[in-house]
Amino acid sequence: MLNQSKPISVFNFKPGTCLRGKWHQRTYYIKEKLGTGAVGAVYLAKQDNDQWVALKISDKAASITSEINVLKKLAKVQGESPGPSLYEIDDWIDRRGECYPFYTMEYVQGESLDKFLNKRGRQWLGVLFPQLLEELEQLHRVGFILGDLKIENVIVTHRPIRLRFIDVGGVTLIGRSVKEYTEFYDRGYWHCGNRTADPAYDLFALAMMALRCAYPNQFRRTKEPKKYLITKLKQASILKPYDPIFHKALLGQYQNSQEMQQDFKKRTRHLTRKSAVPQDKQEIDWLEIVICISISVVLFFLATFY
Amino acid sequence: MRTGKLKQILLITDGCSNKGEDPTLIANMIREAGITVNVIGVLDQGDTDSDSLVEVEDIASSGGGVSQIVYPQVLTQTVQAVTKQAMTQTLQGVVNQELRQILGDNQSIEALPPDQRGEVMEVVDELTETCDMQLLVLVDTSASMQKKLNTVKEALIDLSISMNARTGDNKFAIYSFPGRKKALDKILEWSSDLDKLSSVFPKLTSGGITPTGPALKEALHQFSEGGLLRSLRKDAESEQADFGF
Repeated sequence: MLNQSKPISVFNFKPGTCLRGKWHQRTYYIKEKLGTGAVGAVYLAKQDNDQWVALKISDKAASITSEINVLKKLAKVQGESPGPSLYEIDDWIDRRGECYPFYTMEYVQGESLDKFLNKRGRQWLGVLFPQLLEELEQLHRVGFILGDLKIENVIVTHRPIRLRFIDVGGVTLIGRSVKEYTEFYDRGYWHCGNRTADPAYDLFALAMMALRCAYPNQFRRTKEPKKYLITKLKQASILKPYDPIFHKALLGQYQNSQEMQQDFKKRTRHLTRKSAVPQDKQEIDWLEIVICISISVVLFFLATFY
Repeated sequence: MRTGKLKQILLITDGCSNKGEDPTLIANMIREAGITVNVIGVLDQGDTDSDSLVEVEDIASSGGGVSQIVYPQVLTQTVQAVTKQAMTQTLQGVVNQELRQILGDNQSIEALPPDQRGEVMEVVDELTETCDMQLLVLVDTSASMQKKLNTVKEALIDLSISMNARTGDNKFAIYSFPGRKKALDKILEWSSDLDKLSSVFPKLTSGGITPTGPALKEALHQFSEGGLLRSLRKDAESEQADFGF
């Protein structure tokens, strides 16, 4: 009955390991581990036709099968389906005859959100978050929420620059209990609502993701979780321009992602109009520096010659 | 559609039983009665040796349930994971039995091709979400648990948030052992939410003995009396109905 205690090999495949699917007979070469989740481990693997894929394998047949069911439903959604696309579903049988289900999906390459923001500047928040809200809107429209939205489950791709979610382990039918979540991002943990799936659940987690960018070391709840959260938001200077939006999301005041997206766009428009002024000022600063340098150079020459 | 009712006992303990009947034997009896026994063993901070908690696995496997040994920090997640995993496992067991009846002895969910397995899991997921659930939590309050009780309380409140997010109905009852005079002391009788738990949860521990066997046996009684009566009258009676155990 207990399957936690035996050493689980699917969580530590060595690079070069070769897996062959039981049903489709395809071969996969493991390149490296991309991450470990509650349900299984994700590896970067090369298919026998040289295509790179992300391969998720698990020792919990039930959980990974539910996850695959969700992916299949998302794939049926007309038009551009949100999240990574599902390629193949299969089983791997180990030497002892033990069966481990796995699936392969699109390998989404990119950089973590906090790294990206640190490098390129916080103003990107106003571009990236509305993009993710767009994906969430698509997902909500077909009746699901993302559930386990957190910094580890999203990635910023480079060409084009886009914030995308890469893990669908928490995707839950609206109205059901949220399948998988992480305390820090969960509104139940912060006493800001229940754990029944509705669009506002994802929007709360999105606001928490912003807070996580502002506080890389995270923080834990105190006696009055909700109040504490609002204080933490106020103190986060890098989130200042979007403070009212995150505030609303934390309190569950957005019914859907579109509303939040609209607010973001309005705010960004407002900010770009405002920032025209300081940009001019910066140019003046440059001019001043150049003038100062040329004067001092002239003075220096004068001083050396006389 | 009326779905069935799942019955579980969740035992939270930090040591070996040292008094009364063999808990693995009792766990077997409980399983026979259609109730699953899950066990969470709570380690002390800095404890790496879990030898004293070997019994945890034995009780759970005899009781047809799930067990896990953890440090207090992850108790909240564990309580939920174990409860949900046990629900899925029980329901999967039922489905597997049906499959064997239809397809022969060697059939189980795992042996099906991925597509069919997916369809079967869809049913199991649906049941996990919609079935009614009765959960009796048995908390070890022997002396060594002192520092962990607050964490246990928070974990249980959090569990009720998760369980109550389901469409199915939930009833929780919480007991501690060893009791002052009996094997068990009641902390909270069958109810749907655990909001009241904060005020009634014991802060003090009681003695050094750990009579896990007798406590489990007594817990089984709580199901057959209050639990069953209540479930029979559930449709007719309101929440306030008091049957006095």
